[in-house]
Amino acid sequence: MTRTDAAGAPRFRRRVGRTPAVLVVPAIIALAFLVLPLAGLLVRAPWATLPQRLTDPQVLTALRLSLETSTLATLLCLLLGVPLAWLLARVEFPGRRIVRALVTVPLVLPPVVGGLALLLVFGRRGLVGEWLDQAFGLTFAFTTKGVVLAEAFVAMPFLVIAVEGALRGADTRFEEAAATLGAGRWTTFRRVTLPLVAPGIAAGAVLCWARALGEFGATITFAGNFPGKTQTMPLAVYLTLEQDLDGAIVLSLILLLVSVVILAALRDRWITAP
Amino acid sequence: MTAPLVDSRIVVDRGAFRLDIHLRIDPGEVVALLGPNGAGKTTALRALAGLVPLTDGHIRLRDRELDDARARRWVPPEHRPIGVVFQDYLLFPHLTALENVAFGPRSHGTARKEARVVAAAWLDRVGLGDHARRKPRQLSGGQAQRVALARALAVEPELLLLDEPLAALDARTRLDTRAELHRHLAAHPGATLLVTHDPLDALVLADRLVILEGGRVVQEGDAAQITAQPRTDYVARLVGLNLYRGRAAGGGVEVAGGLTLTTTDAVDGDVFVAFSPIAVAVHLDQPTGSPRNTWPATITAVQRHGDNLRLQLDGPIAAAADVTPAAAAQLELVPGRRVWAAVKATETRAYPADA
Repeated sequence: MTRTDAAGAPRFRRRVGRTPAVLVVPAIIALAFLVLPLAGLLVRAPWATLPQRLTDPQVLTALRLSLETSTLATLLCLLLGVPLAWLLARVEFPGRRIVRALVTVPLVLPPVVGGLALLLVFGRRGLVGEWLDQAFGLTFAFTTKGVVLAEAFVAMPFLVIAVEGALRGADTRFEEAAATLGAGRWTTFRRVTLPLVAPGIAAGAVLCWARALGEFGATITFAGNFPGKTQTMPLAVYLTLEQDLDGAIVLSLILLLVSVVILAALRDRWITAP
Repeated sequence: MTAPLVDSRIVVDRGAFRLDIHLRIDPGEVVALLGPNGAGKTTALRALAGLVPLTDGHIRLRDRELDDARARRWVPPEHRPIGVVFQDYLLFPHLTALENVAFGPRSHGTARKEARVVAAAWLDRVGLGDHARRKPRQLSGGQAQRVALARALAVEPELLLLDEPLAALDARTRLDTRAELHRHLAAHPGATLLVTHDPLDALVLADRLVILEGGRVVQEGDAAQITAQPRTDYVARLVGLNLYRGRAAGGGVEVAGGLTLTTTDAVDGDVFVAFSPIAVAVHLDQPTGSPRNTWPATITAVQRHGDNLRLQLDGPIAAAADVTPAAAAQLELVPGRRVWAAVKATETRAYPADA
């Protein structure tokens, strides 16, 4: 479980006199490197035309699609990812280490490669896609469902890792206590484990949602770039950039704002350095 | 003799450590599993609860086989009619006291509303009816202990397991809670196994004591038997006696250091000799006359012990001796002083070692 530890708050002031410049200088450069581009966005924003651009139907459509798909992707990740995290944290099975490694592959895989892989499997002629298409009439490639799938593929590891960490950190003796009171594993999971790791799940879900919101590579490869259908905010930023720099800046500002709001919401409650 | 409620042989391997005990618990009986830290007490309790698999042996409750290592039979904890009060209680932090107690009945299929009624009744019985809506972190240690007891009893287990139920409490609370626990255990129709390292808990709460050392049962019996005839140093220390093992021949028992202790009990062969620290007299010169056992000793430590002082004596045998503060002052009994220890034969008890 992630805990807020008041005593763990940074206390650098006391030791600032001995902080070596060889570390401070690169640290300040790193900070500037991270912050300056974002400041650049704000400086270059077309503030005068902002209200009119924000209400541009194309912008609103892309924003709504992004919010919807990333939320659906997060729900999908919760539904499948929490049980996977539980399995990894609580059940000993052969090859568990390999499974854990596999789960993290989408974290390091270039999203374009993920998109291509999804296309090969879930595409209309794909290994699973062809069967899904014929049996259920379900088509993923180049549809909004495909966007959800691509986002879930890329974002799920964030959730699984966060929840597995929370489960490992939770005291399993509460689960033993539940068992001695007659609760089976499902009841124990539902009534004891889940509430105990709820903060970890919430943190994982927010990270997962943020990652899904920013997803670009896998989405454009697997779902394409159709306004209103698969063109999410990041895709819109990229496409708009080719003709209209100011438009792209506005779209980026919206994504920046959403990210900052998420971070602010998370900071105190869940993401606190141990 | 009635059929036992629990009949078990519990064998659990934990790395180099092996727990191997036979444990019988009769219906309605309160048994204390007493032993030093690391003796395997908690492991035995966890094995009974089904939280630790047996390496070998079996656990039978009434005529139901809960565990049988050879037949690879194992009933999971949730299907055993066994309640547990854990050492640090493990109350669910996200549930109120009432919901904690209602958890068991709910898991056994009782409807939510009914389970809450049952839970409220149990909280009343442990005197916490007005704390039903509190979360565990808002309860004191003693209150949490009572909620944990109510939670375990609310499923009406045939066997109640208590793991160091009073260890987490301060001395004052422990006194009250111990008395109250005694009342609840007496009212509990099922049997109880109490794991503790505190001899007082065991003597007050239990009908029978089973003493565990190094994964083995070294002695068992009721409080009177255990206190009268300890069979290991650990038990002797628990009940406050000096204990020696030796060979008896013709009224004398040869113990360590070449010393022969005279006793009045007629024994033969391998025996234990026990005597109380109060029976040990300390002299500056070798006492003469009267049938006394005497040996030279050196005082290694002096501690307060009730109204007296307890001296630790080193010599052919290590012994504890209780003297009054006045005597200690008069004789200048301080660590390092060489003295003579003396015990009357009538003050010693000798009993066979292999019984």
